[in-house]
Amino acid sequence: MAEPMKIRTKMVDGSAHVFVLMMHPMETGQRKDPRSGQVFPAHFIQHVTATVNDKPVLNMQCGPAISKNPVIGFRVKDARPGDRLAVAWEDNKGDKARAEATIA
Amino acid sequence: MNQLRRLILKGGGAGGVLACALAAGLLRPSRAHAAEWNKAAFESKSLADALKHIGAAGAAESADIHIKAPEVAENGAVIPIEVTCRLPGAESIALLAEKNPFPLMAQAELAGGTEGYLNTRFKMGQTSAVKVVVRAGGKHYIASREIKVTIGGCGG
Repeated sequence: MAEPMKIRTKMVDGSAHVFVLMMHPMETGQRKDPRSGQVFPAHFIQHVTATVNDKPVLNMQCGPAISKNPVIGFRVKDARPGDRLAVAWEDNKGDKARAEATIA
Repeated sequence: MNQLRRLILKGGGAGGVLACALAAGLLRPSRAHAAEWNKAAFESKSLADALKHIGAAGAAESADIHIKAPEVAENGAVIPIEVTCRLPGAESIALLAEKNPFPLMAQAELAGGTEGYLNTRFKMGQTSAVKVVVRAGGKHYIASREIKVTIGGCGG
């Protein structure tokens, strides 16, 4: 189901700039199928968590207003090149994905 | 799709290393969340209620929260926003769109050295004020920015 996430990192002035792209429809539950008039059920990411070397750095709660295939950028100050970054999300249907990367 | 790819490549910068990791955690046992999804806040239909549910009622206006977003968003389904906060000790950043059906869009808790910075893309149904609430040192600060939408991104 879920496609892999894409994670990019870059060190800028001692701070790791992290950019994550998640593949998700982010259905709001308000859009109607023009043919049948049925509402597409809501399906969106509710939690995104990120850790660096197993230490939490970001814990984000999302609503359906985040765009399809969400992008999240954040900056971790005390990270070093070579640190392990892990990002995980979970949506309102219980689907999950997790990806790891090494800070460059 | 292709456009998204361009964006992420650009966002990472030329010097970045492409780290395309596999989603390995699909079969893991469910992981405990630090906090439950704040249903009351995300389902609030008015800005005031949403602010109340994230504990930010009466937040003080602050000029130290910088919101970078387009003045006119041609496509309401994908509006980029970049929040940079110069308040020391920022602990959380919340994004709200006043006239969305559910104003609260996202709330990020920052921990362990994460800077007061957040970059994402959101949907907005119509021209509205976008509010950013930052909690720093246990206090809430708010900043606002008007974004015009020519084509809404919430309806059918």
